[in-house]
Amino acid sequence: MAIEETRIITKFLRDRPQDSWEYAVAREHNQAYSALEAALKRDPAELIEEVKTSGLRGRGGAGFGTGQKWSFLPAGVFPRYLAINADEGEPSTFKDHMLIEGDPHQLIEGTIISAFAIGAHHAFIYIRGEFALGTERLEAAVAEAYKNGYLGKDILGSGFDLELIVHRGAGCYIAGDETGLLSSLEGERAMPRIKPPFPAIQGLFAAPTVVNNVETISNIPHIVRKGGEWYASMGVNKSTGTRIFSVSGMVERPGNYEIELGMSFRDLIEGLAGGVRGGRPLQFFIPGGASAPWLLPEHLDEPLDMDRASELRTMLGSGAIMVFDDTVDPLLVSWRLARFFAHESCGKCTPCREGSSWIEKVLYRMTNGLGRPDDLDLLLDFGSNIVPGLNAPFAQTTICALGPSTMSHVVSLDRCFGAEIRARLQKDFDKRRTLEVTPA
Amino acid sequence: MSSIPISQWPSEYKYSAPVAGDTEMVNVTIDGVEVQAPRGELLIKVAQDYGTYIPRFCYHERMKPVGMCRMCLVEVEGMRGLQISCATPVVEGMVVTTQSPDVKEAQDGVLEFLLINHPLDCPVCDRGGECPLQDQTLAFGPGESRFVEEKRHFEKPIPISDLVLLDRERCIQCGRCTRFAAEVAGDPLIDFGGRGSSTEVITYPGAPFSSHFSGNVVQICPVGALTARSYRFKARPWDLSAVETSCQSCSVGCRGVLDSASNRLVRFLGVDSEPVNHGWLCDKGRYGYEWVHAKDRLNIPLVARGGGLVPESWPQALELATSVIRDVFDKHGAKAIGVLGGAQGTNEDAYAWARLAKGVIGTDNVDAQLGDGLPAEVVIGMERATIADLDSARAIVLLGPDLKEELPVLYLRVRRAVVDLGVPLVDIGASNTGLTPYAQAVLRHLPGDPEAVTEKLAAALAGQPTRPDELRPLLEAIDKRALIQKEGPVVVVLGRSSVAEAADATVRAAAILAQAGISAKFLSALPTANVHGALDLGLAPGFLPGRVTLAAGRDELAKTWARVPEEQGLGAAEILASAASGEIKLLVLLNCDPIADFPDGQLAKDALKNVEHVISLNSFTNESMRHADVVFPITVWGEQRGSISNIEGRVSRLGRKITPDGSTMEPWRIATELAARLGHEIDLESFTEVQDEIAQVAPAFVGVDSKLISWARDGAVLPVADHAAEITLALSSLDQNKRSAGVSWEPIPTSGEDTPDNGAVPPAVISPPRPAQALYSWAKQAPERTAALADSYSLRLVASRTLYGNDLITTQSPSLARLATVTAQLRVNERERDRLGVADGEVVRVISSRSSIELPLVVDPSVPERVALVATNRDAPGASDLVDINESVTDLRIETLSKPVIKES
Repeated sequence: MAIEETRIITKFLRDRPQDSWEYAVAREHNQAYSALEAALKRDPAELIEEVKTSGLRGRGGAGFGTGQKWSFLPAGVFPRYLAINADEGEPSTFKDHMLIEGDPHQLIEGTIISAFAIGAHHAFIYIRGEFALGTERLEAAVAEAYKNGYLGKDILGSGFDLELIVHRGAGCYIAGDETGLLSSLEGERAMPRIKPPFPAIQGLFAAPTVVNNVETISNIPHIVRKGGEWYASMGVNKSTGTRIFSVSGMVERPGNYEIELGMSFRDLIEGLAGGVRGGRPLQFFIPGGASAPWLLPEHLDEPLDMDRASELRTMLGSGAIMVFDDTVDPLLVSWRLARFFAHESCGKCTPCREGSSWIEKVLYRMTNGLGRPDDLDLLLDFGSNIVPGLNAPFAQTTICALGPSTMSHVVSLDRCFGAEIRARLQKDFDKRRTLEVTPA
Repeated sequence: MSSIPISQWPSEYKYSAPVAGDTEMVNVTIDGVEVQAPRGELLIKVAQDYGTYIPRFCYHERMKPVGMCRMCLVEVEGMRGLQISCATPVVEGMVVTTQSPDVKEAQDGVLEFLLINHPLDCPVCDRGGECPLQDQTLAFGPGESRFVEEKRHFEKPIPISDLVLLDRERCIQCGRCTRFAAEVAGDPLIDFGGRGSSTEVITYPGAPFSSHFSGNVVQICPVGALTARSYRFKARPWDLSAVETSCQSCSVGCRGVLDSASNRLVRFLGVDSEPVNHGWLCDKGRYGYEWVHAKDRLNIPLVARGGGLVPESWPQALELATSVIRDVFDKHGAKAIGVLGGAQGTNEDAYAWARLAKGVIGTDNVDAQLGDGLPAEVVIGMERATIADLDSARAIVLLGPDLKEELPVLYLRVRRAVVDLGVPLVDIGASNTGLTPYAQAVLRHLPGDPEAVTEKLAAALAGQPTRPDELRPLLEAIDKRALIQKEGPVVVVLGRSSVAEAADATVRAAAILAQAGISAKFLSALPTANVHGALDLGLAPGFLPGRVTLAAGRDELAKTWARVPEEQGLGAAEILASAASGEIKLLVLLNCDPIADFPDGQLAKDALKNVEHVISLNSFTNESMRHADVVFPITVWGEQRGSISNIEGRVSRLGRKITPDGSTMEPWRIATELAARLGHEIDLESFTEVQDEIAQVAPAFVGVDSKLISWARDGAVLPVADHAAEITLALSSLDQNKRSAGVSWEPIPTSGEDTPDNGAVPPAVISPPRPAQALYSWAKQAPERTAALADSYSLRLVASRTLYGNDLITTQSPSLARLATVTAQLRVNERERDRLGVADGEVVRVISSRSSIELPLVVDPSVPERVALVATNRDAPGASDLVDINESVTDLRIETLSKPVIKES
């Protein structure tokens, strides 16, 4: 059987790459907003049940059940808000980018249905500031939606009102965290907030709030159209449906691939993405964005299943797979990731604020031949004060998951290449010591 | 306030610090010990209350938890991972471990992280020796650092305001200062900038942290990142000695700890007194101690000789003053003597001078207020509210000055009640104040004309069904508030918003509210330091010590005093008028300067020019004493023990921190010296004897003797029986636990020489006695209205104080002097400016019925139309040249000085 994608939310934008974002085109060729028309005739509670039935899990990283999240909103407390997380900032992740630029109406339709289901009359799409084209197309699409009566007062005569606001971020990774995003939306500095209270109880402007990822919400119209059972019939175990994986790095055909969950890493990397470039051997790969612990060639036949990934002490995270061949120095990769997290730590929690830059400084030395023999152990030791236990699923002494992310690659270094690196540190150290005692 | 746990509070209270009084108790086990605590209380606080100190940096009891520093991690059974105890509310059955190996490791880890970028320049750091980072590293941290990389570098220090400097290298990013500025002060002028380890506290471009409360961030900073200009490198903490006292820069009476080194005051820190100041101070109170050491302080008596004032010895000066008094008394009688001032001293000073003036000399021409207050019968007799009543009020009505400028820490308390506790606020006044932005109803009126809007408000509060549009948000807020706070008084913050209008209008408005049947209680907003103590102790015409009138108190007092005046005497304005017209021959100025402070400067000048004799007690020379016969130099705050009464009538202890150099004398002792020379021995040898006599003879002060004053840490509100079924005298259990917990950097009061009866163990409680006789009660009546209608060409003057003006505390304290504004300006809004056709800053002629002066005109958008603002605490020419004390309002005509010159081409 040929290895191929299962295109649901990417079908239309792949089929009409020249104009899929146009309202008239989407309406004519993709039945845009037809799911909304159907949804508005249904009972919101029933819609939530439908989404629960589908088994749809959040596509932003944490993989929490979407229907379940919606049902956490306290009954009878209004107003409540829906916020769409379009601040796609995880390094090597570029799926929401494509969905926003390619099919903004699918996102808007999903947003309206979701808002209707949870009873929100204000929805926000928090879009990453760097997405200039995405913002342009999304804003145009929102304007079209207002013009055609899908947004605003009394949508399609249903009596349901919804205001949709597109909010551009100002460029920081932490605004992609659920509560960091809410702080930023409120006009504050994007810093995560202590939980509880959870956003479902006290979120945006202290009102009950649901925060969902772009890809998650893009699935909603299809679930409404074809039913939760249909969606749940795809995928594997508790990872139902399809997911977009952004494959990047040293592969022949990097890009976004929407596949049915349960496919193996090998089929995705070697089949769809064409394998490691130039036929070189695979050294390691990161399965779920920069924050995910690494996997080795021996894991290639594992399925793309969120729960299986947890068993492997990693995660599918944001669905970004970075592939590295044997020409790469894993230490350099680790330092580069450390530098990113040190730069993006918001500065709120001590362990992350101070730890992330300490990690970066030590890794910089290690990468550049100035390591000390016990540096890796030092990293693991003080790193365990950010991530007690050092094992995924990560415990953390910080508010948000950026804390453990700072250590995930270090843990991976140790797990995948511990012996080599220790030997290298000793060698570097001995070399320096020799130099020091050599007379000039 | 309610039994709703913090996690379920309505949105506007998100993360509010819990308020005591939650009735539902839960059982919590902390380190194996079961304790009871209010449900929803934060775990870190519960642990502390029961003697377990959990280390922390970002958590502060008076601010909302933020969970930044991660120092307070503990283990909670059933919860995954460690929990931050500063943001974990307690629930029934919670089992907590604060000292497990995992917790210890986490504490080690957090401290190691905090120290990697900390410069460890402790030897040259003001905080060294009393630093929470040092202390908690010792108690909870690792012994060494494994960090061998380069630390982060910043330029250090940089000023963030005129008073506060920031060392970003020392900062541990706990967010206490930024949260204080935003949450407590309402001046969000500092925030975090940068990310990761480059995170730094910043001010916004072009906007320094110019808050009236900026000094508090220095006190709550857990490291030496924020330092006060006044204290930098002045002392090592172990060289300081401290005494607890009350602030006297205004009448709130904030509790604080005064530190000295080598007999010089070097620092004043706030003490957390629940009923008064929650640990906060304004910058004027905090840095105003510097004036005590001003080089211009008077330190020797002066007498008039050869056309000038020349130094004289104390015995000679006292003799001379005695002969002046005796001479005037013999020739013209007691009524020819007037006593002004006394609102700046201690209660003991006020009592001794009341006794000298009324009980020895026999004059009732005595007034502590210099025309800037309210009639004594209102202040003494109104139904009083306490500061804490603000928290549980049904609504707060502002009918007085700009609290942010005149009573800054009261402003914080009102703001907290409104913002954090949801108490609805009404702002009645002629111009905007610092609290206007928080008010649900803003009722503007022309200066001197508050009755109409007050009547409307009173009717609405009394439940009249019609809801005027401007009051609708207020009434809705009251309805909403009623969900959690059904009962509770309407607290009216009552004071003088402007000295350019007669007090009558304000009294009429107060009477309307008092009679409206809305259970109104009044919180005085008279700002002069101890004006309430002075009035309570008889420095007002018609009153005797202890809130009784001459008639009511005469018989009882006659047992102790030689005499009691027969009939009511004159108030300040009448005393000055009589002095100007020559009927009063001798003016005694008790630490006051009528020429600078009396609203009608011309009248004061005339009085002091025409009066035959002046005796002045002061710590500086001033214009009013130019023609004095005798000037006595007095001891001041920090040098003198005693007590004061604040806006609530709370009597609290004043501590002495430094020894005066011996050339000054306490005003009360000057009174007893003069009395003895006048032939009436007043047998009072120490301030405690004065306090005990007050407790004996002044009805409102019954039970408030020297022992109680020294033991009751938060003081006692008069009359005590009305406010407390019993008074807990020992330090509260909370304080004792704080000490037993071993580590605390909040200022801890010290006893020492200022506690009388050292070694005596105070009883646990005292049941307060009731006053033997009924205290004076205000009849809630006001004089008839006489306000003239303004003509449409004039502007009406509002003359009020700002925090930093030409007052002594500001100008004589080097740190504050840089903030002082001493020249007067005429502030009007843009439309009035355009009507006059002048440029911003242009000098104009300002004409009142009194005189004509020239002032620069400045545009201030917050000033309403037809109103002009001139601050009173400015050097002449200014507001006091314009005001005629006999007019009910002050209307101004503004003229441009010159016609624009049209150049010929």
